[in-house]
Amino acid sequence: MKAQVVVTLKSGILDPQGKAIEGALKSLGIDGIGSVRQGKIFEIELAANDRTAAERLLRDACEKLLVNQIVENFQVEIL
Amino acid sequence: MKAAVILFPGSNREQDAIRALEKITGKIPSIVWHGEHALPAGIDLAVLPGGFSYGDYLRCGAIAARAPIMDAVRAHAQRGGLVLGICNGFQILVEAGLLPGVLMRNANLRFICRMQHLTVERVETPFTSQYAKGQIIKVAIAHGEGNYIADLETIARVEGEGRVAFRYCDARGGRGGDANPNGSVNDIAGIYSQRFNVLGLMPHPENLIDPLLGGTDGAGLFESVARFTKAA
Repeated sequence: MKAQVVVTLKSGILDPQGKAIEGALKSLGIDGIGSVRQGKIFEIELAANDRTAAERLLRDACEKLLVNQIVENFQVEIL
Repeated sequence: MKAAVILFPGSNREQDAIRALEKITGKIPSIVWHGEHALPAGIDLAVLPGGFSYGDYLRCGAIAARAPIMDAVRAHAQRGGLVLGICNGFQILVEAGLLPGVLMRNANLRFICRMQHLTVERVETPFTSQYAKGQIIKVAIAHGEGNYIADLETIARVEGEGRVAFRYCDARGGRGGDANPNGSVNDIAGIYSQRFNVLGLMPHPENLIDPLLGGTDGAGLFESVARFTKAA
């Protein structure tokens, strides 16, 4: 089973990297971009075949290591 | 005073911490590998040195914060033992939940390596008794992720409880603008735990203990710790 965990910065948290990327896109003349925020994707392979168990395991992984919930949100997706 | 310096893969300031402790306390600290499950018996102070543990992978300090030794560090802190996290050590302490908040990328996205003035916010703590109240000290900073933030409620609590240890300032104590190198909220350079026995700070006092290396303003911190543990 494969899964994807998407980690994004919470709204209101300053994202200087996203800002720099936004500036670079604008300087390339790519018009129409309002704003950019940068996050992370983890592609994870799981031994489990049970979706519920897999989701629980991934939430556990997020809470214990993958995500700093002070500043980040996450979404778990089983593929 | 008995101290232990914790070594993580990618720590690189441990010798600086060891040198400062040895010079000022007269005792060579033990070095403890991160994979250990216990600190040496009877230690007064655990130091998490600067560096780039695990290459700052995932988030700075995140992987080191989950190392086996961290349970022992947490237990030491709960017993009232002293814990000092410098630079990457501070990042590890916030990731481990021993201190509140988080250290984000510097607001200007640059790695900053320079001398920096700080105000000593209070002097009745185990780490600052040998400074004068409001003293301005000049120490080194060297970090890419020192931009301290926390939610408003946490900041209000930390400020209300007087837990800010050091603030960035200029040579005359002026704050804000260029005096704040990394965008930290309220110019926070270091904070204490609720019981003031855990201190995390981004600057490097351990590098300012010898006039030959540009000053001795960092020595007071180690002198304070030595005096505190002698009295305890």
